[in-house]
Amino acid sequence: MTTAAPATGLDTVEVAARTPQTPQPYAELGLEDDEYARIRHILGRRPTSSELAMYSVMWSEHCSYKSSKVHLRRFGTTTTDAMRAKLLVGIGENAGVVDIGDGWAVTFKIESHNHPSYVEPYQGAATGVGGIVRDIMAMGARPIAVMDSLRFGDLSHPDTHRVVPGVVAGVGGYGNCLGLPNIGGEVVFDPVYQGNPLVNALCVGAMRHDEIHLANARGEGNLVVLFGARTGGDGIGGVSVLASETFDEGGPTKRPAVQVGDPFAEKVLIECCLELFGANVVDGIQDLGGAGLSCATSELASNGDGGMVIHLERVPLRDPSLRPEEILMSESQERMMAIVRPADLEAFLQITAKWDVEAAVLGEVTETGRLEVLWHGETIVDVPPRTVAHEGPVYERPIARPDRLDAVRADVPDHLPRPGTGDELRAALLRLVASPNLSSRAWVTDQYDRYVRGNTALAMPDDAGVVRVDESTGLGVALAVDGNGRYGALDPYEGARLALAEAYRNVATAGARPLAVTDCLNFGSPEDPGVMWQFSRAVDGLAAGCAELGIPVTGGNVSFYNQTGDVAIHPTPVIGVLGVLDDVARRTPSGWRTPGQAIYLLGATRDEFGGSEWAFAEHGHLGGLPPALDLQDEKRLADILINSSRDGLVDAAHDLSEGGLAQALVEACLRYGAGARIWLDEVCERDRITPFAALFSESTARAVVAVPRSEEVRFTDMCAARGIPFARIGVVDDGGGEPVLDVQGLFTVTLDELRDAHAWTLPTVFEA
Amino acid sequence: MRIGIVTFPGSLDDVDAARAVRVAGGEPVRLWHGDESVHGVDAVVLPGGFSYGDYLRCGAIARFSPIMSEVVRLAGPPDATSPGLPVLGICNGFQVLCESHLLPGALVRNDHRKFVCRDQHLRIERTTTPWTSRYADGEEIVVPLKNGEGGFVADDATLDRLEGEGRVVARYLRGNPNGSYRDIAGVSNASGTVVGLMPHPEHAVEPLFGPGTDGLRFFTSVLDAVLSA
Repeated sequence: MTTAAPATGLDTVEVAARTPQTPQPYAELGLEDDEYARIRHILGRRPTSSELAMYSVMWSEHCSYKSSKVHLRRFGTTTTDAMRAKLLVGIGENAGVVDIGDGWAVTFKIESHNHPSYVEPYQGAATGVGGIVRDIMAMGARPIAVMDSLRFGDLSHPDTHRVVPGVVAGVGGYGNCLGLPNIGGEVVFDPVYQGNPLVNALCVGAMRHDEIHLANARGEGNLVVLFGARTGGDGIGGVSVLASETFDEGGPTKRPAVQVGDPFAEKVLIECCLELFGANVVDGIQDLGGAGLSCATSELASNGDGGMVIHLERVPLRDPSLRPEEILMSESQERMMAIVRPADLEAFLQITAKWDVEAAVLGEVTETGRLEVLWHGETIVDVPPRTVAHEGPVYERPIARPDRLDAVRADVPDHLPRPGTGDELRAALLRLVASPNLSSRAWVTDQYDRYVRGNTALAMPDDAGVVRVDESTGLGVALAVDGNGRYGALDPYEGARLALAEAYRNVATAGARPLAVTDCLNFGSPEDPGVMWQFSRAVDGLAAGCAELGIPVTGGNVSFYNQTGDVAIHPTPVIGVLGVLDDVARRTPSGWRTPGQAIYLLGATRDEFGGSEWAFAEHGHLGGLPPALDLQDEKRLADILINSSRDGLVDAAHDLSEGGLAQALVEACLRYGAGARIWLDEVCERDRITPFAALFSESTARAVVAVPRSEEVRFTDMCAARGIPFARIGVVDDGGGEPVLDVQGLFTVTLDELRDAHAWTLPTVFEA
Repeated sequence: MRIGIVTFPGSLDDVDAARAVRVAGGEPVRLWHGDESVHGVDAVVLPGGFSYGDYLRCGAIARFSPIMSEVVRLAGPPDATSPGLPVLGICNGFQVLCESHLLPGALVRNDHRKFVCRDQHLRIERTTTPWTSRYADGEEIVVPLKNGEGGFVADDATLDRLEGEGRVVARYLRGNPNGSYRDIAGVSNASGTVVGLMPHPEHAVEPLFGPGTDGLRFFTSVLDAVLSA
């Protein structure tokens, strides 16, 4: 083991007490004047350089949620006891835990790694996956699947060609090597993300109820054990430097601040942790992510009995020249910290040795109420841990509705030239299925292993990912992540509700009962009152939406400062919804296969093109209002989809979202290569819309389903009884010959032509 | 019938291989890379994954593990015509078999330089192995393929010899996914007992979890072979 040499000129607590006037670089570390003053007040002296490092990183926006906390509290007040009924662990722990029945619990969470992925796409994305997987491990669960929600700049911009291949290879390289199936996600291109891509990674894990572990350090004399990879100089200050500053053109390169991942080390760490949990030798556990040891020690102590002593020179190092401040701040990956009873230590170390995982006893739990860090016997940190981890600054940032919003909303898309004839509609369809956001995502998803562990029942391009949890019963979960920045830009309140509704609908479309929500709130600078208004509205919308749907937010992440210069990204809440299936054999795929089955459109269509993919892709237009949303309609639709899955009334179901009915029909045809004959007259007449609106409008609470002839009466009776508009709009094609999508009276297009248009957009750009 | 599944640090598809053996009706026996014995199993599967991280060359470290010494000994010389212990190396397992010189050739980075995961059409070309006896000669099957370094390469003389001796077990159809020479997806040793395969039959053993059940017969075949041995 390499041990660091004692540093000369060590800034100990004793030195700090003696030299109150020593100037300190708190501003460079991201602390405000009043924050620094508060630290001095808490300690009754100036902080040592190590204490300053800890406070600065733990009080950064990323770790402290100082700008978002006052808003996030609203989730607590809108979550009712009924919504909490299935919650075993709620917001505040590493991840929320949900009861899915039969003694099984699942934990899931989504998190951002936006800024690192812009600086260093491969490592930024890879460590984003690694970080969220460790959060799930820290709950005691076995990680069982990942998803990724990605947003990039303009598809034709040269820098997009730097960022996309690196991010996709990073997500794949890390997840594939961990042996976790990637079961879905999103890929969106929009110039608004050019200098600030969004990389949001989700992980889900499963465990028995009695295997839940928490991050707390209890029991005086219990040992604090650091295990996993050695600590190096990577990611020092990554959290505060990268997550709390915006990207300005021409600044110095920040590459050294991005962490470097080792997925093999993490895979071994997963198996090692699960064996440790199984042997019952772990009392409390915390992963090391942002803010490294500073975060793990202060959070464990703060959540527990409140005291801890750490001998920092015992930390195994990759780079022996690291100073104590750097060791405290290092974000080296693939590390965990456990609280272990002394009697269990030998068994603990036997298991870590079996997996060739290095472990070091750093110190022990105390009842002093202080977190003390020693460096070769000299005290360099002596703080109340709650002041570091949980009692950081809280800001009520100024909020102001942006003035230009009214002009944007007034710029309705009604004046945009619309296709009218069959030929024009056909041409528009072929352009749209080839557009950056509606074309096939296979170039991305084929780089991800979706099969490993053998439990994947649905994955992309289906509406939701479905994985089996219990092999003996078929019990499983479905997950979907969705967001729509354009909707958010037009109305952040509705944008959040719409993202929630789409993920909810996707889970139900797969046949699963939605249970819980995780959110990744991607916004611009909280110091911009307009951004804070967007954030506040989005939180309100999400909280209200969750209350109306009766599913709680269980955890997530806020990412601020997503902007380039003064220009913020669209407010982009990305919402993950988790649902449960009693038997994943009942899951509903998104494509039809059986000729002769009837195709039904569920839900009503309105002429709604504000924020639509059609307006964006065909006209570069963003204005008006997003589609109207009635969550009661969504609940009724979900009930129908879930019951149909359970009772075997539908063979395929696909939700309608970006690109509308046309996109859903194309995807449902291409999934298994089965064509369809479609007639729109009845829908156009009933909903008083044009064929153009029927095909491309993005009205909510809609889905298409394929119903076996023998089940049509039961199915339509159920729709009628529940008051959901339904229309028989076509039939899965059994015309023989070449499969086609035939929209009667308007146009016919062969599946080969659709496939050619749909398949090549991303490969053409990225394989060039 | 006990079929051993070796777990190296970084093995990923070991749970899947064990499940496939179970679905086929056999008893999976988990073997650890540090074991110096195969504990009397009737056949061994080396599963997919990234053994020891595969940061050097895939399989290059795994071949030196204690369990591999024993597997190599029991499998017998690669050119012997008398059968040794049946061994199936899938993906990373194939790479380990090549590194161990139980099979000729090597697996290199995909020609398009990306990881690829897809449902792959294959033609089974050798059915006189303990792993493929339940397939028909020339039968087409679909199983998942997922690899970053799956390009099978060897010199022309070796390839000619493999073809001449009927040791190409499976070939890619409808597109070569990784640049493998002569579309080769799997090869065997001379006796046919040791088979290396880049695609993943263990991911096609249950109807709902994968593209179908075309892969199951790799595992039922070996149970037949063990029974009749």
